[in-house]
Amino acid sequence: MIRLENATKTYKGADAPALDSVSLDIQRGEFVFLVGTSGSGKSTMLRLMLREERVDQGEVLVLGENLNQLSASKVAQFRRKLGVVFQDFRLLPNKTVYQNVAFALQVIGRPKAFIETAVPDVLELVGLSQKADRLPSALSGGEQQRVAIARALVNRPEVLLADEPTGNLDPATSNEIMTLLDRINLSGTTVVMATHDRGIVDRMQKRVVEIKAGHIIRDAKTASYREIPSDSMPIIPDSPADIDFGGQA
Amino acid sequence: MKLGFILSEMWAGIRSNISMIVSIILVSFVSLTFVAVTLLLQLQVGEMKTYWYDRAQVAIYLCSDYSPEEACPAGGATDAQKAAIEEQLAGETLTPYVDTYYFENQDAAYEKFVEQFADSQAAQYITADQLNEAFWVNLKDPTQSELILESFSGLDGVEEIKDQRSYLDEIFNFLNAGSLLAAGVASVMLLSATLLIATTIRLSAHSRRREISIMRLVGASRFSIQLPFVLEGLLAAVLGALLATSVTVAITHYFVTGYLAKQLAFTSFFTVADSLMITPYLLGIGATLAIISSSVSIHRYLKA
Ligand SMILES: Nc1ncnc2c1ncn2[C@@H]1O[C@H](COP(=O)(O)OP(=O)(O)OP(=O)(O)O)[C@@H](O)[C@H]1O
Ligand SMILES: [Mg+2]
Repeated sequence: MIRLENATKTYKGADAPALDSVSLDIQRGEFVFLVGTSGSGKSTMLRLMLREERVDQGEVLVLGENLNQLSASKVAQFRRKLGVVFQDFRLLPNKTVYQNVAFALQVIGRPKAFIETAVPDVLELVGLSQKADRLPSALSGGEQQRVAIARALVNRPEVLLADEPTGNLDPATSNEIMTLLDRINLSGTTVVMATHDRGIVDRMQKRVVEIKAGHIIRDAKTASYREIPSDSMPIIPDSPADIDFGGQA
Repeated sequence: MKLGFILSEMWAGIRSNISMIVSIILVSFVSLTFVAVTLLLQLQVGEMKTYWYDRAQVAIYLCSDYSPEEACPAGGATDAQKAAIEEQLAGETLTPYVDTYYFENQDAAYEKFVEQFADSQAAQYITADQLNEAFWVNLKDPTQSELILESFSGLDGVEEIKDQRSYLDEIFNFLNAGSLLAAGVASVMLLSATLLIATTIRLSAHSRRREISIMRLVGASRFSIQLPFVLEGLLAAVLGALLATSVTVAITHYFVTGYLAKQLAFTSFFTVADSLMITPYLLGIGATLAIISSSVSIHRYLKA
């Protein structure tokens, strides 16, 4: 479903690569956390999957497309098969909840009849049917993020990419969002989520990919944020070649 | 994207940017009006050339008692001299080139003079004997006036040879200079219109950068992202072109047809039909500039 092969990305003007020969394979229906300290390369990995950025070396394959070979004109078509949410929600302040969600379908030319059924359905899914006519400014942070999730899901993507979706939310609200994402994942959507939130990762017990300075230093199924309590943490080797990926496919 | 949605996006852009849109309309209006003036003046020159050049005559002015010494040392032309000139005009050498010619005596010249200068004081001070007798020559090819000049200048009894085309050329030069000036103003104004459209669209894109980034994320095509912006610039430029057309047509109708053509009955002027005929050009120029400048500016914005 998503595969990185020795993907290397160095930003213009940066002296070290943001991702250094990273390989990763994500199967259909998985829920994967990307964890790591700030600047480790989590967002960069998501941007490569979205083809916001392109690798300098290696390959990125998403939903059967080799993103290196995807022509500029096909990028739009490709992105329709993905959903994305961010820490800062990115809603349009002058549109209502309903309009924000409908916007994602209107701009890709979906027919009116489709929009009129798909938008209420997805608002129902995220629990915002009652607040469809509100402006984002009249919603709580958690509600705003649920609108963003609704917008990401309304075109029924196979993959949902989430970059710190709970980063701006308090723990209780974060849990609501995680429950929602888990439900979405259970219905078949592959979810890749970058996060700093240790509590969430520990509670969810999903696959965890840990990145440090552009290298994957851990990839474990149904894991916690840290394998071992941090006060007794072993020294982590620098080269990914030294790492046992825990039998990951 | 559906048309209704594109239009509503465009309308949102226009509302948030209304004063800039108005300035695009005005600048394209003024610049395209100058384009129209350029085109119509060229049309006018062309029309007058075909009309007048064919009718232009060459005048062989004969010496009168008032002629200057240098040209006519022997005073007024004698009957023998006139006969010699006429003989040469009708002679074998010139017949192939001369279409018709006629002699105009002082009384006839005076009558014409009075008619031409009826409104001016000059007619009161001029008497028939102060005017020249002349042979008026119509050439088969009006450009060959050199021939008459070579044959008759310096001949006894001839004061001056004048090709009417030389007067016409002065008028045409004047009109041409006017149309060049209009063309110059038009190009400067068109350049500012283009830059203004580019700037406005960039501002408009900037104020809607959230929309643009979301459109890109959810997979809207580049074309459909650009379209509302390009349409915004296009609409403003087309409105400017329509204004320019209306003003041009109004000026043609009220000033040229309604006033000039009546005052100068012997000249044919461009008509309302002509100024309507150039409408497609104005629309075409305005639309092309708007499409190019707005797509270039939004394209650069999308890349950044
Ligand atoms: N557009 C850019 N230009 C240059 N360098 C960049 C750019 N974006 C990210 N970087 C650098 O690449 C590295 C990885 O950044 P990235 O945003 O992927 O980290 P992250 O893991 O998402 O961090 P955070 O947890 O703070 O969001 C960092 O060193 C960052 O400074
Ligand atoms: Mg990040």
